Amino acid sequence: MKFLRDLMDKQKPLFEKGGKLEQFYYAFEAGETFLFSPNHTTGIKGAQVKDAIDLKRMMITVVVAMIPCLLFGIYNTGHQHMLAVGETAGLWENFGDKLWVGLQLVLPIVIVAYAAGGAVEGAFAVIRKHPINEGFLVTGMLIPLVVPATTPLWQVALATVFAVVIAKEVFGGTGMNILNVAMTARAFLYFAYPAQLSGDQVWTYLGEKAAVDGFSGATALAVAYNAGVDSVPVTEALANHNTALGSDMFSFMNMFIGWIPGSIGETSTLMALLGALILIGTGVASWKIIVSGFAGAYLMGLVMNLFAANEFMAMPPQYHWVMGGIAFGIVFMATDPVSAAQTEVGKWIYGLLIGMLTVIIRVTNPAYPEGIMLAVLFMNVFAPLIDYYVVKANKTRRLQRATV
Amino acid sequence: MSKVVKLKKGFDINLAGKAPQELAEFSTPETYAIKPTDFLGIQRPKVAVNVGDQVKAGTTLLFDKAMDQVKYASPVSGEVIDVKRGERRKLLEIVIKSDGKNTQEKFDSVDLDSIDRDALASALAESGVWPNIVQRPFGIVANPADTPKAIFISGFDSHPLAPDFGFALQGQSEAMQAGINALAKLTSGKVHLGVDGSKGTPDVFSGLKNVEINKFSGPHPAGNVGVQIHHIDPINKGEIVWTVSPSGVAQIGRFIIGGVYDASKTIAITGSELTKTAYVKTITGASVTSFVKGNLNSGHVRVISGNVLTGEKINMEGFLGFYHNQITVIPEGDYYEFLGWAKPTTKKLSYHRALGLLSFLTPKKEFVLDTNGRGEERAFVQTGVFESVTPMDILPVYLLKAIMAEDFDEMEELGIYEVVEEDLALCEFVDVSKHPVQKLVREGLDLIQYS
Repeated sequence: MKFLRDLMDKQKPLFEKGGKLEQFYYAFEAGETFLFSPNHTTGIKGAQVKDAIDLKRMMITVVVAMIPCLLFGIYNTGHQHMLAVGETAGLWENFGDKLWVGLQLVLPIVIVAYAAGGAVEGAFAVIRKHPINEGFLVTGMLIPLVVPATTPLWQVALATVFAVVIAKEVFGGTGMNILNVAMTARAFLYFAYPAQLSGDQVWTYLGEKAAVDGFSGATALAVAYNAGVDSVPVTEALANHNTALGSDMFSFMNMFIGWIPGSIGETSTLMALLGALILIGTGVASWKIIVSGFAGAYLMGLVMNLFAANEFMAMPPQYHWVMGGIAFGIVFMATDPVSAAQTEVGKWIYGLLIGMLTVIIRVTNPAYPEGIMLAVLFMNVFAPLIDYYVVKANKTRRLQRATV
Repeated sequence: MSKVVKLKKGFDINLAGKAPQELAEFSTPETYAIKPTDFLGIQRPKVAVNVGDQVKAGTTLLFDKAMDQVKYASPVSGEVIDVKRGERRKLLEIVIKSDGKNTQEKFDSVDLDSIDRDALASALAESGVWPNIVQRPFGIVANPADTPKAIFISGFDSHPLAPDFGFALQGQSEAMQAGINALAKLTSGKVHLGVDGSKGTPDVFSGLKNVEINKFSGPHPAGNVGVQIHHIDPINKGEIVWTVSPSGVAQIGRFIIGGVYDASKTIAITGSELTKTAYVKTITGASVTSFVKGNLNSGHVRVISGNVLTGEKINMEGFLGFYHNQITVIPEGDYYEFLGWAKPTTKKLSYHRALGLLSFLTPKKEFVLDTNGRGEERAFVQTGVFESVTPMDILPVYLLKAIMAEDFDEMEELGIYEVVEEDLALCEFVDVSKHPVQKLVREGLDLIQYS
């Protein structure tokens, strides 16, 4: 690696103060520190040694935790396509073809998200003269996983640019943002281009081919919602759905594993939990948020059962865990440390409320079949308020101690 | 009533280069220095000697014109050979070349039974032992005119490679008792001594009277006096507490008994880069050359006065700090590392377990850490980490943000009076975003103190 180091050292003066390319210093620095950890040493006073962690390593841990979801999403995209056009029946039949279809659809989205996000990040770093933030490593991976495989690439690019600029850079970059960047991108798409991000047609890629007779591309949540409207027990409606494809698609187990239509990375609760295992095991994400998030959803599901004004409300609460993107959202979006509550007590409340709100939105609001997106964004906004009261309690304890 | 406090939060940095409990002989250092920068709170330092003057151990070298009753004394007898100044004539070091005779200034003897509080305070201030007494809040040299609500001594040091006071203070129990008796006269409250609850109380402490002994167990920073204060008798706004290190107590005691300024102490010579690690009897301010030169097993090293968390980088000819009881020698880390942020590693120590950081698998392993900064400074991203290494009811990140924003009310409300740099030093170590935490804490304290 010496030749690389030599190359860097040779180019460095160009970008340093007084060099010809001075204004691109932070772009150079990003590349340099990516290749080589810097040779800075600790100061004269203070901690003389430092922990081996840095933000790059932390962020890459999150990216790695998302890989199970990504891989599953790629295969499932192909699988759903083949199912819909009637070219396959078994899960592992036509393995190569499914993978190929999935790769063709998903990889461009990932590349576009990274390219668009990276370009904006780089431009801001150069103009605003701040180091390139590693946060976008995660954002660039999250955005593809929360959109359907059929999303036009220009929309992916636009949403990424919008989210990075409006949700992050205007606040000063990673660490300063209020809203989760990837969720903002999805919300932007949802409200700006609803035709490509909602309904029954967008979740499964058909391409030039025609779907088999009786095919429905509806998500489990849509089926459950309609069951509520039609007063059919949800489990029955789910069982009878898409029988044309010859599989018990919306069985609890199938939904848990994730062989269902939906956004690329969100369908598999199992893979999200695998990611959660990585995040909790490495201590990168707060287990409190994850646990309380799932608990909140279950609790709210139980409360809905108590009222049971319609069949959707009467659905067994554990179904909420496996339908839609709640698992993915709680594990990867809600735990974003910057936009989540930052106090330990606050994290319990924050997670719990996200889970509860998700179910409330799902069950009671006809306009938004999926609740996790709005629940996370809503709680992002309220996280500082939760923290405010937790911090205030700390101050009060200190004050009371003084007056006793 | 003495308390037993079990602390869970914190982290022990397990380093290679511990000093075995034996006294080693090194050649006696020739030069000694007193560094005004060691004493926080000195506002207008005035040098009382000139280069070439002959001084005795206990001769005043320096005082603060803002608090002129407190004298800073020469640790040895000899000749003043240098008064080093830095930028803008900032006073850095007053260097004494020892004559090897150790002639001592003779002070009036103090009879603790009859002397009143103020007379005792001024005798201690005049003799040069006073700067051992540090005031909280702010961590500055105490003002003899104040009466603290309590005085705290931490009887153990939980920092990496720190000396064991039970060994370093062997045979000093008489001096310790005298020192404690003197301190007890200075406070309106109690004198507290915190000892390590995870092992037996060392002999030098177990027989002490006139002092409240509390036990603390848990990982570092359990031995930090600030943490102990927080759990015994926390500092509220407007209150003053004094702290003294055990070796400082012993020095005060030796003054009470003998009427001399005796700056000798036993320090630990530690660190992975030393061939021989041991304890050594020396004198405050000693040049570290004789402990380090010829005792290195590698070339490119950093010599630290103090420990790796709160110490200060000095060079091979540098001097032991007034408040330090150890020196640590570790490798310098000024190297680039290819993909250093991604490589799995078992050699680098981490509190975290993020991808590839495998040190958590070997909690008993002794690590060799170098001074590499391990990444660049970023905005705060990860949360909950600082809290998990701070065994106090304090929210460090909020406090630090208040300091950055220079929000005085917020700093006060979040407990800035309860901390000094060392209490949040672990935060600086574990920080994912690499903030200069201790520097920030001092900035905050300065803001509050001087406004």
